Amino acid sequence: MADKLHFSLVSPEAELFAGDVDQVDVPGSEGDLGIYPNHSPLMAAIRTGAITVYNDGVETKYFVQGGFADVTPAGLTVLAEKASLLSDVDGEAVKADIDAATKALADMEGEAALAMQQNLDGLKALLA
Amino acid sequence: MASLKDLQNRIKSVKNTQKITKAMQMVAAAKLRKAQDAAEKSRPYSERIGNVISNLAASMTGAGDAPELLVGNGKSDTVLLVIATADRGLCGGFNTNIVRKAREEIVALEQAGKTVKLFLIGKKGYDQLNRLYDDRVVEYISLKEERKLHAGIAQRIGEQITGMFERGEFDICKLVFAEFQNVMTQNAVAKTLIPAIADLTEDAAPEAETAGPDLDGAIYTYEPDEAGILRVLLPRNINTQIFTALLENSAGEMGSKMTAMDNATRNAGDMIDKLTLTFNRTRQAQITSELIEIISGAEAL
Repeated sequence: MADKLHFSLVSPEAELFAGDVDQVDVPGSEGDLGIYPNHSPLMAAIRTGAITVYNDGVETKYFVQGGFADVTPAGLTVLAEKASLLSDVDGEAVKADIDAATKALADMEGEAALAMQQNLDGLKALLA
Repeated sequence: MASLKDLQNRIKSVKNTQKITKAMQMVAAAKLRKAQDAAEKSRPYSERIGNVISNLAASMTGAGDAPELLVGNGKSDTVLLVIATADRGLCGGFNTNIVRKAREEIVALEQAGKTVKLFLIGKKGYDQLNRLYDDRVVEYISLKEERKLHAGIAQRIGEQITGMFERGEFDICKLVFAEFQNVMTQNAVAKTLIPAIADLTEDAAPEAETAGPDLDGAIYTYEPDEAGILRVLLPRNINTQIFTALLENSAGEMGSKMTAMDNATRNAGDMIDKLTLTFNRTRQAQITSELIEIISGAEAL
């Protein structure tokens, strides 16, 4: 039998998804990660972008902003600062976020600026 | 003795009051359900983030470069108390209980020779504490304008607190709020936010051995490194704890309001009964005396 990965996506406001899936693609801060069942324990920061969940040939995409992916033998948990179904994302709200991020980026430097740039890129990619 | 007209007016006014308290009780009940729901939904996130931090903390302790948010800055001279109360009254002893807990903390800390700074969330706590400790209040936020509690509010507050910590404005941060147990009981508690490790050793020590996930001997990979993750995770943990506290508070406020308004409705009912009795007695007395007048008038003829 093909192994399944237990995946849960939680944001401070709700648990968006919990269940067994085939594969999850996570946008890590250092690069995208594809998590399959029986992945070795991993803790990764995530950047703004889309999480893709593959299950029985069906793809579901979630938008996440900031947070962590935590892989244990029990499964994958994504703790996202903000998360929603990609199809629910409101273009206007994203534009507002982009403006805010651009402004914030202007008076940041060093690592914080890098993180903000990543955030901004993720948001822009979302609109494209 | 009150005239019939006066009694009638009293009864009418009490009835109106009863209608209001009854409506408030029903509104509170509906809001309570929503607030409880929100509190429940936020629980998985805060539980997991707590687990992750205790895992990381275990591997970081002893390392020289552990972040200050986790282990503290080595001092404990200035304590920031973040006190979360409701923005509205008419909810029984809810706010008073939180304020009492806060005052106990303040008195204990000041006796120990610490400097206390207050960060107040919610109008009612501000009203009560500002009168006593107005020189110690450094910040006051009212959430009255917010229609719904969302993570963004907690994030804003959390960022403000972390910023103050980084500027060295305080050494230890404690959060005072009411833990929601059920509709009848809310316990005012004080929880240490910074350093995060104090809270872990207080609460999680007995279960720490079992809390770590069973990795089958595998080693965690961190991306970026542990320190990098902790640097992002710790402020987030503070935001989460504040958010949880706010949610628990709002559930507690509604529960407390529901109980208080239920009592008020019942009291109004009792009062109406009593007034109606007096009203009927007075009316009968009046009729009797009128009859006596008529009869004695007829007899005199």
